[in-house]
Amino acid sequence: MRNLIFGLTLTAIFALGAALSFLWTPYDVTVLDIANKLKTPTADHWFGTDHFGRDIFSMIMVGARTSIAVAIVAVVIGMGLGVPLGLTAAARKGSLLDEVIMRGNDLIFAFPSLLIAILITAIFGPSAINAIIAIGIFNIPVFARLTRGAALSLWTRDYVLAARVAGKGAVRISAEHILPNLANLLIVQGTIQFSLGILAEAALSYVGLGAQPPTPSWGRMLADAQTLIALAPHVALFPGFAILFTVLGLNMAGDGIRDVLDPKLRVER
Amino acid sequence: MTLLSIEQLNLSIGDLPILRDVSLSVGAGEVVGVIGESGSGKSLTAFSVMQLLPRGASCQGRISLLGRDVLTMTEPALCAMRGRDVGMVFQEPMTALNPVQTIGAQVAETILIHEPKTSKSEALERAKQALTRCELPADKFPLSRYPHELSGGQRQRVVIAMAIALQPKLLIADEPTTALDVTTQAEILALLARLVREDGMGLLLISHDLAVVSDMADRIVIMKDGAVVETGAADLHRTMTHPYTKALFAASGHQPVRSAEPQEIPLLQVQNATRDYTLPRRSLFGPVDTFRAVDGVSFEIKRGESLGLVGESGCGKSTLTRAILGLDPLQGGKILLDGEPVGPAVRRKMQVVFQDPYGSFNPRHKVGRLVAEPFHLLNRKATAEEVDAALISVGLTPPDKHKFIHEFSGGQRQRIAIARALIIKPDLIVLDEAVSALDVSIRAQILDLLADLSDQFGLTYLFISHDLSVVRAITDRCLVMKAGKIVEEGATETLFTAPSHPYTRTLIAAAPQLPAA
Repeated sequence: MRNLIFGLTLTAIFALGAALSFLWTPYDVTVLDIANKLKTPTADHWFGTDHFGRDIFSMIMVGARTSIAVAIVAVVIGMGLGVPLGLTAAARKGSLLDEVIMRGNDLIFAFPSLLIAILITAIFGPSAINAIIAIGIFNIPVFARLTRGAALSLWTRDYVLAARVAGKGAVRISAEHILPNLANLLIVQGTIQFSLGILAEAALSYVGLGAQPPTPSWGRMLADAQTLIALAPHVALFPGFAILFTVLGLNMAGDGIRDVLDPKLRVER
Repeated sequence: MTLLSIEQLNLSIGDLPILRDVSLSVGAGEVVGVIGESGSGKSLTAFSVMQLLPRGASCQGRISLLGRDVLTMTEPALCAMRGRDVGMVFQEPMTALNPVQTIGAQVAETILIHEPKTSKSEALERAKQALTRCELPADKFPLSRYPHELSGGQRQRVVIAMAIALQPKLLIADEPTTALDVTTQAEILALLARLVREDGMGLLLISHDLAVVSDMADRIVIMKDGAVVETGAADLHRTMTHPYTKALFAASGHQPVRSAEPQEIPLLQVQNATRDYTLPRRSLFGPVDTFRAVDGVSFEIKRGESLGLVGESGCGKSTLTRAILGLDPLQGGKILLDGEPVGPAVRRKMQVVFQDPYGSFNPRHKVGRLVAEPFHLLNRKATAEEVDAALISVGLTPPDKHKFIHEFSGGQRQRIAIARALIIKPDLIVLDEAVSALDVSIRAQILDLLADLSDQFGLTYLFISHDLSVVRAITDRCLVMKAGKIVEEGATETLFTAPSHPYTRTLIAAAPQLPAA
């Protein structure tokens, strides 16, 4: 329970910050104020300012939008395609379909994700959308494999046999008996992929393939701060902390949600 | 000489008291049987001797082992004691052995831990001797074998060899034969008896099975709810005074009263059924081998009859069950239910109850939904009345349908499984080891329930089991299966009193007998 509350609180802080940034930020992040550049944290600028004099606190608020949106959509793509593929492969274990799905997954796994992201951006140009697609594609095999492995062991359970005796088909059994019992696993993996998505977006933005200026992004803030780290460490520290705490919060929230969803633990509490 | 004496042992985990005033003793060369149903604290009593207790457990009282008080020993002293002075044999030989180590290395490990000066080759030599004593001679079972290359009984011999490698004074065996077939069980029990005699060891034999223990033990301790209710000599069945002991003996030999008479109409006809499995290829382009699990099996069940199918693990009875249920295709022959081949059309006339009350339900659904699942066959939803009626017919109450499955005990779950099988009023219920995982008193209740239901609804049972006493109690006719074939068929009483096939005779002779009171 403590994990859940702490994790959800952390996540909520960042989500609220991102939501609030649509309406209000302390400063406009597109306005440059060179006179006030590289200010250390003060009462006016809570997290200081960067090399263009932009308010770092405001940039983190706006940047959270990009990070969270990219990560959510990438997880939705990964789960939405990966889980059905994994369930199908498990239901038709050993068939040609199973082989095709799983070898296709291996193929995607075999490419370094950053390489594909570079490929995609080379063709379509760098943008947040292309970053989402690139990260999302790499979530598919993660979920497909996880789902197939766990589903295979569930298919040997007696209650699946009982459902077959009750005349239920593979689709029905997958939906009623397999998927609900995978929920724990998928939620935990979902939060891990979510946090990896945030990191991946930061990495892509860092090399200039994610969200493009002037849209702020945590990854690009880090990239910009790199040369200034000795001069003004706070410019790098605050986006770094933002990434750290979001990922931490999400992982703890995922663990907590899994515990709450388990009917066995629900009663003992 | 007393090896082990437990006096007034109280054990609690957290605030929950588990054991109350448990006292027992084991002398050299003595076999003490501890009997109890699940949750009686028999295993925790054994584990407290080794001090291998779950986190948060605390013991009061005295456990004296070879004159030393175990409860005051330090962890290093306990480590030196475990394995050297006390050996332990576990229930499940599959999980008690490390699958990636050879059997020789695992037996030698015990020796090397306790006598670190021993050279590796010497330890292996002694491991070889220990395995030979456990009837796994090195010329037939080299030390380089891995556990997966052995059968269940052979694995249990390896576990025993590990336990006796250092010739401990006391051996604790926690349900050592529960996971094994009857003939293997008889061999393992004979082996344990021989080792105890040869080494003058004390043996603490823990079991839920009265027949196993009363065959072997010099003294018997009966436990219930964490306390010893009665202690007696091997002839406890004659001297017992405690009502629980009497109830336990009565339940073990329980025969439900059945009044239904089979009709002369065949319900299920299995004709020359053959089922092959494809084995994995040995080489990339080698021929595909097949294994014939069910080999030309034919039999009939009459309407209202209760038919037993007995066989040891690997005889093909589970494969046959799956074919009867229409889950797997046959390679030859046919199976007719009510004159029609099994398949979607006749599936509604047949339901199944599985062995494991813990694995046969989706933990995420409530009981009402679980029980109503077979209604899928009728293409409609179950009404609330139908669910309630099914629950009531197995001795549960309608409000139970709002609960999750983990809120029920093993016996209650098996009732729910029966309710699920009953709800669409099938003609045939296949009971696949349906009472094998239950405690004797619960088993007696479930057998009564089954007998009741068959009288009430005119049900036909196919009772598949490895447990001869259960089959004898509930069936009219019985089939004995071995290596995919039916070797003997006959009326249950005749088959048990005058078996004609040598295999049937072996089976019946191997089954431990409960002494007549």
